[in-house]
Amino acid sequence: MRPFSYERARSPADATAAAARVPGAKFIAGGTNLLDLMKLEIENPPHLVDLGGLGLDKVEAKPDGGLRIGALVRNTDLAADTRVRRDYGVLSRALLAGASGQLRNKATTAGNLLQRTRCPYFYDTNQACNKRQPGSGCSAIGGFSRQHGVLGVSDACIATHPSDMTVAMRALDATVETVRPDGKVRTLPVADLHRLPGTTPHVETALAPGELITAVELPKPVGGTHVYHKVRDRASYAFALVSVAAIVQRDGTGRVALGGVAPKPWRVEAAEAELPRGARAVTAGLLAGARPTRENAFKLRLVERTLQAVLAEAKGAKP
Amino acid sequence: MLQERDWCDMADDPTTVDDRVDDKTARAADALEITRRELLVIGAFSAAAAATPPAEAQAQARASTPPIRLPVMSKLSLTVNGKAHALELDTRTTLLDALREHLHLTGTKKGCDHGQCGACTVIAGGRRINSCLSLALMHDGDSITTIEGLGTPARLHPMQAAFVKHDGYQCGYCTPGQICSAVAVLGEIKAGIPSHASADLLSRPKATPAELRERMSGNICRCGAYSNIIDAMSEVAGRQA
Repeated sequence: MRPFSYERARSPADATAAAARVPGAKFIAGGTNLLDLMKLEIENPPHLVDLGGLGLDKVEAKPDGGLRIGALVRNTDLAADTRVRRDYGVLSRALLAGASGQLRNKATTAGNLLQRTRCPYFYDTNQACNKRQPGSGCSAIGGFSRQHGVLGVSDACIATHPSDMTVAMRALDATVETVRPDGKVRTLPVADLHRLPGTTPHVETALAPGELITAVELPKPVGGTHVYHKVRDRASYAFALVSVAAIVQRDGTGRVALGGVAPKPWRVEAAEAELPRGARAVTAGLLAGARPTRENAFKLRLVERTLQAVLAEAKGAKP
Repeated sequence: MLQERDWCDMADDPTTVDDRVDDKTARAADALEITRRELLVIGAFSAAAAATPPAEAQAQARASTPPIRLPVMSKLSLTVNGKAHALELDTRTTLLDALREHLHLTGTKKGCDHGQCGACTVIAGGRRINSCLSLALMHDGDSITTIEGLGTPARLHPMQAAFVKHDGYQCGYCTPGQICSAVAVLGEIKAGIPSHASADLLSRPKATPAELRERMSGNICRCGAYSNIIDAMSEVAGRQA
């Protein structure tokens, strides 16, 4: 790890000002991803701004019936919140399917959104990676790509976004609230937070330098049966090969978002109209434009089969 | 945290393992067919790439000597197993290294140092965490419980006694992390925190073997003492219920 200076921010304004003051400074919340990357010298911030003192760790009811989740709410606490368990079950399920108990106790809501890919070529500094070193190439393309993306990928990068939580938030139409160093507050749909790689895979989000996520908001509950199904190489503590977040209503309509297949949670609203007709009908639209490699083409069939299992589970669920 | 044990993926699928190994070996051989000159160029490029972030590259262009960041020291206090400590540490010091190297509490183990194995599990502010993935500075003012704080050889914590009784270890390296995790897991179940194994999100979870297995998945035991660990935990959970 390279040496760095460190400060504890007292307020969001304090944090963004500190980040703007030192070029390359990073916010640190739980640190479970950033410190891992710093040990490998993939991330080398000269200055860390610790957000631990900001508060922002409450889940609050909104007047419109939705929930406001502070950026620093721990994954364990969000998954265990009684309102989330009752009204946004897909989010609890997604959180509980991710990482380990120890990591969920540390990892935060905003940190989970902004975690970086687990592509092994991104992690191996001896390999070319356009995300880590822009212009150096992509060793995953033509490499071992079983875990990699099949949708939204480019000739520069085929990495996936590893979060489970974000997939559920995408299905729930969550919005992200941020504040910038100039004090401007904005909200953006979680759908617009992550960028597709295109020719600039190192630019991963729509956030400006020094912009701080302060909260995630969920609209009022939409009811229905909530299912999060994660297919992985082990029963626990592994990243998804494919995951499906679904909210299915009694009439068979609903929403579906995919994880493990793209650089961001993958949802195609137009394809959801086919939900009452079953998994195959939806999958055709969901997977339109897929660009699998020889090693990860299995993900296309796995998406359909997982969605089929999810719809069967939703149908069999008690009303 | 990288996906751990990627090599296991191949072994897990007996129907395709030979196929894949052959395939991968063949492609590895292809990849080696580059000239010595290409190899040197690639090596030089990746060494420079790894060592030089863009901002520093610009600074280097201006000055002939590369910028060197000097270690930064910072003061903090930690209460570990009930005892207050004032420390002055390099900002890079993890909680794990602060415990082991500075406070000489070597019961907490360093396994992978990347949050994958759980050997470094301690209880910070009442929650189990991977002490390797946390800076000591992030815990300024916190209370930490390590394996040394749970019990002593003369007065074992009930979980320690149950691990001994049920042979919940072989080499013992992962054991301090397993025990800290196990103690916290029973607390999490008592607090009603659900898990991936909970059939119903709205009912109180119970300390069933399936629940315990899922909740302990962040603690790896290479000796494979898992079933005995579950037995030890079940006994303690049964006594607490």
